[in-house]
Amino acid sequence: MGKAKANAGPLARRPDNSAFKQQRLPAWSPMLTAQTVLPFFYGMAIVCVLLGAWLLVTVQNTHELKVDYTHAGSCDKCFEKRKDRANANQSCNCTVVFNIENMFKGDVFFYYGLINFHQNLRQYMDSRDDGQMIGRNKNLRNPSSYCEPFIKDKNGLPIAPCGAVANSMFNDSFTLVYHSAAGSRVVPLFRKGITWYTDKNVKFRNPQVENKTLTLAQVFEGTGQPLYWQKPVYDLDPWDRNNNGFINEDLIVWMREAAFPNFKKLYGVLNRAIEPFTDGLPAGNYSVLISYNFPVEYFQGRKEVVLSTVSWFGGQNNFLPVAYLVTGCLILLLAVILTAVWWKFGKNGRNMEE
Amino acid sequence: HVRANDRDYNEKFPYAVSENTKHMLSQCINDTDNHIKTCKYNVFTFLPVNLFEQFQRAANAYFLVLLILQLIPEISSLSWVTTTVPLVMVLLITAVKDATDDYHWCRDWFIPCGLPVSPLPPLPHLPPLPPLLQADILLLSSSEPYGLCYIETAELDGETNLKVRQALTVTSDLGADITKLADFNGNIICEPPNNKLDKFTGTLYWRDNKYPLDNEKMLLRGCVLRNTEWCFGMVVFAGLQTKLMQNCGRTKFKRTSIDKLMNTLVLWIFGFLVCMGVILAIGNTIWEQKVGRSFSVYLLWDEPIRNNNVVFSGFLTFWSYIIILNTMVPISLYVSVEVIRLGHSYFINWDRKMYYIQKDTPAEARTTTLNEELGQVEFIFSDKTGTLTQNIMVFNKCSINGKSYGTRDSRCAFRTACVDFSFNPLSDRKFKFHDSSLLEAIKMEEPSVQDFFRLLALCHTVMPEEKNEGDLVYQAQSPDEGALVTAARNFGFVFRSRTPETVTLYEMGTAVNYQLLAILDFNNVRKRMSVIVRNPAGHIKLYCKGADTIIFDRLDPSNHVLMNTTSDQSQQAASEFAGEGLRTLALAYKDLDENVLEEWMKRLLYASTVIENREEGLADLYEEIETGLMLLGATAVEDKLQEGVPETIACLTLANIKIWVLTGDKLETAMNIGYSCNMLRDDMNEVFIISGHSVLEVQQQLRLGLMAHALEPELEQVLLETACLCKTVICCRVTPMQKAQVVELVKTNKMAVTLAIGDGANDVSMIKTAHIGVGISGQEGMQAVLASDYSFAQFRYLQRLLLVHGRWSYFRMCNFLFYFFYKNFAFTLVHFWFGFFCGFSAQTVYDQWFITLFNIVYTSLPVLAMGLFDQDVNEANSHRYPSLYRPGQLNVLFNKRQFFLCTLQGVGTSFLLFFIPYGAFCLVARDDGSHISDQQAFAVIISTSLVIVVSVQIGLDTYYWTAVNHVFVWGSLAVYFAILFAMHSDGLFSIFPSHFPFIGTARNCLTQKSVWLVIMLTTVACVMPGLAVRFLKTDLYPTLTDKKVFIPLHLFHILLCYSLNSEWITYLFSHPSILNTPY
Repeated sequence: MGKAKANAGPLARRPDNSAFKQQRLPAWSPMLTAQTVLPFFYGMAIVCVLLGAWLLVTVQNTHELKVDYTHAGSCDKCFEKRKDRANANQSCNCTVVFNIENMFKGDVFFYYGLINFHQNLRQYMDSRDDGQMIGRNKNLRNPSSYCEPFIKDKNGLPIAPCGAVANSMFNDSFTLVYHSAAGSRVVPLFRKGITWYTDKNVKFRNPQVENKTLTLAQVFEGTGQPLYWQKPVYDLDPWDRNNNGFINEDLIVWMREAAFPNFKKLYGVLNRAIEPFTDGLPAGNYSVLISYNFPVEYFQGRKEVVLSTVSWFGGQNNFLPVAYLVTGCLILLLAVILTAVWWKFGKNGRNMEE
Repeated sequence: HVRANDRDYNEKFPYAVSENTKHMLSQCINDTDNHIKTCKYNVFTFLPVNLFEQFQRAANAYFLVLLILQLIPEISSLSWVTTTVPLVMVLLITAVKDATDDYHWCRDWFIPCGLPVSPLPPLPHLPPLPPLLQADILLLSSSEPYGLCYIETAELDGETNLKVRQALTVTSDLGADITKLADFNGNIICEPPNNKLDKFTGTLYWRDNKYPLDNEKMLLRGCVLRNTEWCFGMVVFAGLQTKLMQNCGRTKFKRTSIDKLMNTLVLWIFGFLVCMGVILAIGNTIWEQKVGRSFSVYLLWDEPIRNNNVVFSGFLTFWSYIIILNTMVPISLYVSVEVIRLGHSYFINWDRKMYYIQKDTPAEARTTTLNEELGQVEFIFSDKTGTLTQNIMVFNKCSINGKSYGTRDSRCAFRTACVDFSFNPLSDRKFKFHDSSLLEAIKMEEPSVQDFFRLLALCHTVMPEEKNEGDLVYQAQSPDEGALVTAARNFGFVFRSRTPETVTLYEMGTAVNYQLLAILDFNNVRKRMSVIVRNPAGHIKLYCKGADTIIFDRLDPSNHVLMNTTSDQSQQAASEFAGEGLRTLALAYKDLDENVLEEWMKRLLYASTVIENREEGLADLYEEIETGLMLLGATAVEDKLQEGVPETIACLTLANIKIWVLTGDKLETAMNIGYSCNMLRDDMNEVFIISGHSVLEVQQQLRLGLMAHALEPELEQVLLETACLCKTVICCRVTPMQKAQVVELVKTNKMAVTLAIGDGANDVSMIKTAHIGVGISGQEGMQAVLASDYSFAQFRYLQRLLLVHGRWSYFRMCNFLFYFFYKNFAFTLVHFWFGFFCGFSAQTVYDQWFITLFNIVYTSLPVLAMGLFDQDVNEANSHRYPSLYRPGQLNVLFNKRQFFLCTLQGVGTSFLLFFIPYGAFCLVARDDGSHISDQQAFAVIISTSLVIVVSVQIGLDTYYWTAVNHVFVWGSLAVYFAILFAMHSDGLFSIFPSHFPFIGTARNCLTQKSVWLVIMLTTVACVMPGLAVRFLKTDLYPTLTDKKVFIPLHLFHILLCYSLNSEWITYLFSHPSILNTPY
């Protein structure tokens, strides 16, 4: 195994005297002594507790309101109606009322939430074609086999967008109404800018065509709409022609599959340009007009509307501050135990003697 | 039975040697049997053969099965790339290693096959390489008179004295006549090949006559011809059938205990994996039954499965989870272990402190699979000749007429000047003696001193060789005899020449002719030899030398009366010498009366011609004349130990390693060495010797208190138990096979790691049998080295090999395994927790690329660096505190308990890794309100936390941060982020949209403060408990290492085994009193 060396002579086979080969590399040997470990534990405890306290205070200043509308208010009838699949094409509208006691200051975000909807099933998550969604014409006409069986409609046309994820897209729509003394008025929501920049601009693209004059409908000609959809993909947003096709923001939001069966997805952002919403959502009575399309009764799911403000570390999140406080306290406890043990056994090195 | 010239006849026997008289010339080694084919591959067969072999390994076959499973779409939970990339890398690295191994192995074996063993009939005496015989040969004729032939059998039995072999008279008459020899057409009918080195029975049929053949006519493979110009012989056995090869034992594939443990653990993990798979599959069945069934609206294609058979769905899920969780049995484990071992082997090869400058021989790790076992050795079996000793005898001291000469300890001899022998032109320049009073006594012409050296010059069987005038070379049967004659030569009694009837001495420059009347041979029973000579003055004298006890029994009673003090002093001196480990001989003489001798000679002549009981008759006659001796003195010859042997043995003993010496040598020699190595000491007063010829005898001795019968099955246990109670065990007169049996006995019954060290062919079997075989290289024979796992030039390097390299290897390997299993549990079990949230659908938590690269890119190098460079204790302390070796012997650093702990830590870490981000992100939004609880973001958060947690953990586990560790740890983190962002980049996605669907996730996640808050929390929560536990352990139950690192030097006894070279320490060691005092 010894490497033959070029130089001959009496000491030809003598190994090199390098620090590496002789295992004498200069090195730093940190040691777990009480002088380093105990201060570290106390330091970590303090950092965690302080951070936790700060986060807690921050979270206290955020607001969140959840309204379960599965069969609340007048939605009960819609819930019953959606039980029968034959009624899928009949529209059903209902209203849920709620009250905001304290004003939601700052940016307010409007989410829809689904409970017990498994977007994280393996077969479900795989059932999409990113090649199609990025606008590749090949994939548009000939989607990936992963989309099976949501790949061709009953006419044999390729489905765009194909796959189970797109097929099950959430299709309730909401109108938030503010009831003040001055009367009822619709709360203005931005329905765009609710996606990640990368999704909107890179990951999702409409099919590229050389002829720029073609309408979106023409571009998607020869493709079928997903089975459960009521509208084709190029007609998702009737009010904004640029928000159609694969770059429809609701579609993009839906296509970012949730990790857990309970999730919320952004629906809109409060437009604060208009009075009286410049400072956020004022306290008062509100109602949500819901176009109730998405059936959840098959999977014992629930639907909800969430209104929330955010802090510097994101939306309302009680777990993080509490977790920090708990961790901090546990570390403090550990530190005290360590100190006691060290004081009793390790300090004068009694245990160290043989 | 074999007939020499009858190939057809021989071929009827499976063991028959393809041999005939045409090829009888002794050194014909082109016999195909003599070639040992060891190359496994050639250029063309390499790829298929190697791949076939690799897939025979259970682990690789397992991953191949996984790969096939992944190609089934219903099961495939990972893309096939995730398994293929690591598998291909592992196969590639292993293939390269196998190829280099095979290359080296082949190269090694070509050396012995191609030794210049002088294929020409007259064996020329090639000085640099002594002609090692390559087959078992019947001696036909030789250059010496009467067909005598001298051989040295050190390679076979460790004995260094010359032995005589004599050809049959009828064949020795053939002489060097090639044509006659070529026409030799004798038939030999002999015993089948066996491993008995001292027995051979056969009959030669030639010219209608029968001639009995015995061992005295055989030259065995491994012998070296000495003092014989040439010889002819007939090959009886060649190749594997030679007695030497029969004694070699089988080559077994050696595996370390860690290896075996690792395989067990991998099986456990596999069982664990199956359990998890079953749990998750059951979970899936239940989930499908209760929830999934109603979910089928969104997953149309599974409808038949779901509605009809949820159990089938569970079955598919089981396989999917087996694929996902396969990273628990990490594919890179075996290859990483091999890389680490290879690195450790290179460190051994590179070690300058194990490089022997005189012979230009570096240490060599010849196998790369046993390193960590070097840190667990409990028993060392050492050969004596050439291993502990240099095989050089030095005349060291003597006691003449009650007066002792010579320095007290040869090892501090540097203090006294050497005696100047320039007055004597015939002196041997290499001879050194350190007491000039002896020379003065010679010059004073003290009669007893003169007689002393005269005896040494006369009473021996040495052959002188004088090529040039005054350039004397002695050929001695045993090296100690040579040493004594050389001593006499230097002190002015030069043995110049001998004929069968005379011996010529140059006594202080004048030639004196002695008439040699009789030689009373040495043998093991008599333990003495005598010569009867007539000096020029006509006086007849008997000179006798022999073991001190034997001689003292035969002294004339007047010795005790008249020279009471003298004799006592001599006896005292003799026992003192023996206590110092010197070989002691007592010298005595007797004046003989002419008439008495004449009568005795007649009886001797008669006795030597009787056929029956000739031996006994001669012995009785010798006994009769060797009585009433007058004591002259005693000599002490040092069997020179290799440098540093006693210190090494002392140090290894402190490390709780038991050292047994196994030698083919005589009992006395073995005991002397025991004393000089400090293995036996004066304060051990219960040295007992077990020897006996029958089962019963040995049994009785064992109950009270060597080998041949003690190795019978029924006595094995008693022997073992007795031997293990002893501080020191020395086995003498053991054959090579018995050495192996002793090793095997300890190995199987004590469950301890054994190491055998030796230098000659007689050690091959024990080297092969022991867990670890070490060969002493740089010597004549290569057999031991070739059979060994490690080789170096000096016994003392064993200390460094075990206490430094072995200890480090074991420590590193254990830490490596602990961390490796921990890391993979932490990594993989996250999927288990996620299973409960994703309907047990075998959805992965991580990006597939992360799964592919985690083990082979993100976390491989830091743990490799730890496995290669870590040092808990530096080498100086490893030597200073040999007790640090203890944990390895007790196997405490990595065992099933430790594995359980690392599993626990891994499971705990995976739990926190999953549930802290789960709690934090389940319902959370980004600071711009858009959601972040999607699966891809979650994957990035968990994988980033995981990489950071395991990096922090390796940082805490590393004791010795070299620059390499820094580069690897920080580099791995940097590479992780670099690859993460690259994989999530726009460019890659726009080229391969379906392979890189995580586009932008890293950017969108890692810019969030909350993400970093979660990563920080996870890291702290995962790492702090382990840190606290370790700190508590150090305080409450400090290990030896903690203590040694912690306690400053002055609190400990200063144990002086480190400084191998300084002489004064050696001196201290020779005084037990100093060892026992605290300082």
